[in-house]
Amino acid sequence: MSFAIEPMEQFMVHKVVDIAPINIGGFMLDMSITNSTVMMLVAATLISILLAFSSRGSLVPGRVQAVGEILFDLIDNTLVTPIIGHNGKPYIPFVFTIFMLVLFMNLGGVLLSVGSLGGQEWTFTPTAQLAVTATLALLTFLSVIVIGIIKNGFGIYKLFVPSGMPLAMVIVMVPIELISFLARPLTLAMRLFGNMLGGHVVMYIFGSFVVMLGAIGLTGGIATLGFVGSALSLSMVVVLTGLELVVAGLQAFVFAALATVYLNEVVNLGHGH
Amino acid sequence: MDPTSAKLIGAGLATMGMIGAGAGLGILFGNYLQAAIRNPSAAGGERVWLFLGMALTESMGIFALVVALLLRYA
Repeated sequence: MSFAIEPMEQFMVHKVVDIAPINIGGFMLDMSITNSTVMMLVAATLISILLAFSSRGSLVPGRVQAVGEILFDLIDNTLVTPIIGHNGKPYIPFVFTIFMLVLFMNLGGVLLSVGSLGGQEWTFTPTAQLAVTATLALLTFLSVIVIGIIKNGFGIYKLFVPSGMPLAMVIVMVPIELISFLARPLTLAMRLFGNMLGGHVVMYIFGSFVVMLGAIGLTGGIATLGFVGSALSLSMVVVLTGLELVVAGLQAFVFAALATVYLNEVVNLGHGH
Repeated sequence: MDPTSAKLIGAGLATMGMIGAGAGLGILFGNYLQAAIRNPSAAGGERVWLFLGMALTESMGIFALVVALLLRYA
């Protein structure tokens, strides 16, 4: 008994509702609803429901409201306000939105495992697609640039010239600072994508060990020992699922934290905060 | 050399980049714990920077992993 191990199959995007491509100025725009879109819509719906229930603002929070308040408190009181300071208040909604979206998309891939229905695999992590994470990273990057130009005008060049630097060093440092600045969206996108992809691939491989070693164990004789390996792999899958939950939350937090740090650099440019 | 086997060897070599990330994470968390045990009252405030440092350190390992996966499957 054998079966093909295809760890990358779970990341395949396929269409759920086929919509004919729309032609906009020569570009064919395919608006079909894919499994990625479905998971994003599920994440958006869950966020809306959670926040609608938690923003009723009763004095003694219930369970749902406590979850919403803890999540908001995480962004406000442990991230944005300590890093940016009181100038950071206008940026809390942006950081909170990105945090919640990434968190729910990450968690959706681990928790909403409905398996296959109607011949299609429904478990999908949108953040395990480079296109999705790159869009989020580019959005953050461009927001930082636009906010920096609005806040500082032409003074944004100070971002690449650290204060108190000798003139001779400027020639060396500016290209280095520029490259590290331009590499930000790349690293932001790759970090989230790689973490999600890597975690799910490892889970798939240990899951396939369960089936393979179990199949070997069924052949009888000394091969019955295969069941031991199968059981060990199964416990490993359980542990990895827990680890994936931690990674899903942590990566969402890290994405928000890096967005905050990048915003801080342009908001408090030259203030040495 | 057969291109497929060269790809497989390359993927294996690429995962070596994760050695550095592992060592870096060990240093990071070890030093954080050391500092946190010496001054527990200051530990909470630095946790954000711990996770930021973790993300920046880990990203190097993740890049190595992505390169390995690309070589293996793409």
